[in-house]
Amino acid sequence: MTAVLGAVAVHRGDADIAVHVENVSKKFRLYKERNQSLKAAMMRGGRAKYDEFWALKDVSFDIPTGGTFGLIGQNGSGKSTLLKCMAKILRPDTGTISVNGKISALLELGAGFHQELSGRENVYLNGSILGLSRKQIDAKFDEIVDFAGLGEFIDTPVKNYSSGMYVRLGFSVAINVDPDVLLVDEVLAVGDESFQRKCDEKFSDMREAGKTIVVVSHSLATVRTMCDQAAWLEHGVVKDIGNPGMLIEKYVEDTHTERVSTEGGGSRWGAGNARVEQVEALDADGRPTLRLHLGAPATFRFHYVTDEPIRKPVLGFGLHRIDGAHATGVNSRETIVPDQIDGKGYVDFAIDKLPLVPGSYDVTVALVDESNLHTYDYRTKALRFDVGAGRPRDVEGVFAIDGTWSFG
Amino acid sequence: MTTLAEYAGSRELLGNLTQRELRGKYKRSALGWAWSLINPLALAAMFTFVFGVVFQSKLTAAGNSDLHGIAAFPLYLLCGLLPWNFVSNGINGSIGALVGNANLVKKVYFPREILIGANVLSWAVSLLIEMAVLGIALLAVGNMWLKFLPLVLITIVFLTLFVTGVGMLLAILNVYFRDVQHFVGIFLQLWFYATPIIYPITLLSGHDWSLGPVHLLTLFKLNPMTDFVEVFHQMLFRLTWPDWTEFSYAIVSSVVVFAFGLFVFKKLEPRLAEEL
Repeated sequence: MTAVLGAVAVHRGDADIAVHVENVSKKFRLYKERNQSLKAAMMRGGRAKYDEFWALKDVSFDIPTGGTFGLIGQNGSGKSTLLKCMAKILRPDTGTISVNGKISALLELGAGFHQELSGRENVYLNGSILGLSRKQIDAKFDEIVDFAGLGEFIDTPVKNYSSGMYVRLGFSVAINVDPDVLLVDEVLAVGDESFQRKCDEKFSDMREAGKTIVVVSHSLATVRTMCDQAAWLEHGVVKDIGNPGMLIEKYVEDTHTERVSTEGGGSRWGAGNARVEQVEALDADGRPTLRLHLGAPATFRFHYVTDEPIRKPVLGFGLHRIDGAHATGVNSRETIVPDQIDGKGYVDFAIDKLPLVPGSYDVTVALVDESNLHTYDYRTKALRFDVGAGRPRDVEGVFAIDGTWSFG
Repeated sequence: MTTLAEYAGSRELLGNLTQRELRGKYKRSALGWAWSLINPLALAAMFTFVFGVVFQSKLTAAGNSDLHGIAAFPLYLLCGLLPWNFVSNGINGSIGALVGNANLVKKVYFPREILIGANVLSWAVSLLIEMAVLGIALLAVGNMWLKFLPLVLITIVFLTLFVTGVGMLLAILNVYFRDVQHFVGIFLQLWFYATPIIYPITLLSGHDWSLGPVHLLTLFKLNPMTDFVEVFHQMLFRLTWPDWTEFSYAIVSSVVVFAFGLFVFKKLEPRLAEEL
């Protein structure tokens, strides 16, 4: 583990530690049959049947004062639970969390707004829920309304607000609480672009003022750009802590684990007298793999079988990111069209530097004739593979575009 | 644990949440706050008709020599009915306070008992307004009760404590067993008739009802609401100092109930956010 973990004992209680998490475990009950009726409770002798589920297991680390700290991990890794424990919404079963200074949580914007009350009334209400006194809200009121960009709508009941106005006001109140430690859970993407910019400014103001921000996010790009340090949680255990760039690289490497080849799941149609039986992904050394790497050589190999000679075949394939985004589609028509194929064989498509951004992709493959009028075989999701981190390291989107940088 | 400092910081929140309840209650209704008065008046009118006219209840038993006949009955009724409505509304509101604010409880930290407190306080404000109107009506018919005012207010404070205690207990139990809300609906009706509100308690002493070895009157006396209502009757209607035994029983039971309610609430509170 890194120096931060080792520092726990030394710096405990020091001012340079914003949040001290020590041996925190949190258990949830997963009810098989919920005891929400007395009858059920009595019949079962008062005890509901439930499985215990440890959302956090003996988690210990320190979050340093100042700067932004990210929590990453897959769904169910316990990062939101940890954040709620810090915010005192959930109480850990064992261990302690001590916070240096005032803490505020941005878990849901506008939680506690009363629909029938005006924006103004809700600012006071929400402010006091978040721990501000009336005087403090008076002093900040204009700033809050200004930041939310509500103008004359401030005296309208919030139920008439657009969803954007609603979250903007919620965000504005929460951020103006002036906490020493701000907990943020996936709510950064609120409002339009100009509001986003204001939020970013506010966050950097907070950082400059030496405040601490703790961010839970699925967006690795957010964590990479915003955070000075990050912790990686897996199944309720801290797997690693450190520099976000390095951590995310390890995380991406690790979480896209060995994939069992997915047969089926896709659809298939075509004449059937020639078929693409198997699609393989080959790594730089020509070995079959389900894990390719950004920037490394890769080859897709399509094994075919024909029942009769097929004249002028064309093989095409497409790549879809698993969220459905169409990444690319290419075919062999313009490059090479053999006169005929017969029996068993394979077609290779070799790539010098795989330009795909790390993630998971599906291969769609089609075997057609040169005129594209006749489809012998068309298979979607013929292969699912992962792309792991490589060079360049810091990429976004679907493709890592190749090019050369120069400063003039 | 909730620290004292947190409570001090939460006083303002309690005030704001109470205001939220009050403002939300009659928002967008044309009559607004008048409903707070119309409800008990309508009830009083109904009970007066049913028990005063149809059944010819003998109100002489209530023991005010200055007030007689049909006009006295609704006033007598209201002296008990208004506090009862407060208890009933406060308890029902408390039960909904946690479940209804689940969103808040799951997303923001603050001492959760404040939600119950705010609900009960908002009904207490209604009670004060209603009692003020009743007090004026009583004065108008010549019932000079004003010298009891401080004691009436003290009684209301302890009644509020009592309701908060019951409210905390039932609200947190309702999170774990949603049957509570249905059960309470029935229980409150039973409780209403088991409290001398529409009839004077003296009506009971003339009979020898008993459940086995227990005299029914003893059971009635165990009900703290009997004592609260009696104390209000005595000061507002009969214009006597309260029976001090009844008064102390009301005070002690409200403190005990509040302590018990808070204890159970605190016991079950840690897993509140995940159970909601």
